[in-house]
Amino acid sequence: MIVAEQKSLDEIKKLVGSAQKVLVVGCGTCVTVCFAGGAREAAIVAAELRMSTKLDGSPKEVTDVTVQRQCEWEYLDEIAPKLGQVDIILSLGCGVGVQAIAEHFPSTWVVPGLNTKFMGLPTEQGVWAERCAACGDCILGITGGICPIARCSKSLLNGPCGGSLDGHCEINADIPCAWQLIYDRLNSMGKLEVLMDIQPPKNWQTSRDGGPRKIVREDLRLDKKEE
Amino acid sequence: MTNTNGYHSGSNLERVLRAGHFAVTAELGPPQNADGDVIRKKAQLLKGYCDAANLTDNQTAIVRMSSIGAGAILVQEGLEPVIQMVCRDRNRLAMQSDLLGAYALGIRNLLCLTGDHQTFGNHPTAKNVFDIDSMQMVQMVTGMRDKRVFQCGEEFKGQEPRFFVGAVESPFAHPIDFRPYRLGKKVKAGASFIQTQLVFDIEAFKKFMDKVCSLGIHEQVYLLAGVGPLKSPTMAKYMRDNVPGILIPNEMIKRMEKAGEPWAGKSKDELTAEDKKARTAAWQGEGIKICIELIQQMREIKGVSGVHVMAIEWEKAVKPLVEGAGLYPRPVIPDASIVSAQPA
Repeated sequence: MIVAEQKSLDEIKKLVGSAQKVLVVGCGTCVTVCFAGGAREAAIVAAELRMSTKLDGSPKEVTDVTVQRQCEWEYLDEIAPKLGQVDIILSLGCGVGVQAIAEHFPSTWVVPGLNTKFMGLPTEQGVWAERCAACGDCILGITGGICPIARCSKSLLNGPCGGSLDGHCEINADIPCAWQLIYDRLNSMGKLEVLMDIQPPKNWQTSRDGGPRKIVREDLRLDKKEE
Repeated sequence: MTNTNGYHSGSNLERVLRAGHFAVTAELGPPQNADGDVIRKKAQLLKGYCDAANLTDNQTAIVRMSSIGAGAILVQEGLEPVIQMVCRDRNRLAMQSDLLGAYALGIRNLLCLTGDHQTFGNHPTAKNVFDIDSMQMVQMVTGMRDKRVFQCGEEFKGQEPRFFVGAVESPFAHPIDFRPYRLGKKVKAGASFIQTQLVFDIEAFKKFMDKVCSLGIHEQVYLLAGVGPLKSPTMAKYMRDNVPGILIPNEMIKRMEKAGEPWAGKSKDELTAEDKKARTAAWQGEGIKICIELIQQMREIKGVSGVHVMAIEWEKAVKPLVEGAGLYPRPVIPDASIVSAQPA
């Protein structure tokens, strides 16, 4: 899932600025599951904004609504009727959600209430960790199902650096060394020989380095152009 | 095409190793400013006492004069440089173009490293690169040298950059069982020499070298063991506790403490400036003594072709170390000699 966390109320207030009528838009998908921008969080942020601006002496009119998926335009249509009554949308979606709103409603000002952090999973109640960097060319098949692109601080492809100690990364004792994990897993499965091959430089074109990415599936398109 | 006489680069370091001598390299830390005289002064401390001097590349992710810039000064000074290059700060384009420039400036030895993460340094908010890793860098630069191709596979005409290419290994970093194999991968990638992380625990290092030798890696590469003088018991404990892959036996720390015993138990205020100076000298003397013993033990270990002395910001220590270990004067191997000695 996409994991995000809320911006501070101070930052949110700065982003909202002088707008009087605020619509907080939550999202029912990833950010609901990571407790950052679901219906519950949208209601809380709306209440916080109301109370805080009231205490500041300039109360704002804040309402909230949560759509099932902020990252798809068709789910945004349900908020269209409300737009005429608000000055600004505070999106509690991920970065994709914020942009979906901006693209779908060209004349509506939208600001983000979250910082989108990474693609990951919950490792325990209240803890999420990064797992995928969306490099566009999955190598999990040669690394025992553990991604060094996302989980090694240096995205190394040929084994650990010299900073691996007691299972953790040199930059922080809370970060497991991805290559120690890979080594242990391959070792336990009797597949260490996989690590003996030298992996060539990665083709980063499939990653962000190749420019903004897009997938076109002609088999799925509805308005196929005649050749 | 360059006449290579069978050498990769024909650098002094390569010639000394090929001639079968126990080699000495020493680290020279470039300054955090643009003063070339710092390099010149340090060069004078090292000249004659090592076969080549390593110039670190923004070590510990702190901005310093570039290893190539400092290396060009060393060439002028008549001290052979080994330029270090890390994967943190440059992508494959920048690496290759800088190496073409480095060769044109007369630099002949290159050490390829991953590089410390930028969170350690003075620009922790920087974006890192890590486009390629150190093993891929070795492959890239040996490809430029031996096949005259850029990393992309495109051939180029004219002078190829002929470096004597090295890599590093930290024998006691984790996973420890993988380290000899990782070293083997670097050799397979094309590294001709290896410099290791600082070694203080000779017994542990012998086990590492046994494994390296059992894999036959020592016959394909010159391995220079990393050694360095301890400055104080505090520094020793700090390194032991904070630097991954550095093992310092307790008896060594006790020896350092014993050297400072005459001043032990006194608070900072009770010690005069002379006291502190004398204590520092006593610690440093013991540190140098320990290091000399380490070098002598290294000479007896199968597969060790030399030492890499890392006297961090203490280049003055190299002279007494090299002299004390009986490694002075350094051999002079004429350019034209072709010797086919195998690594020790």
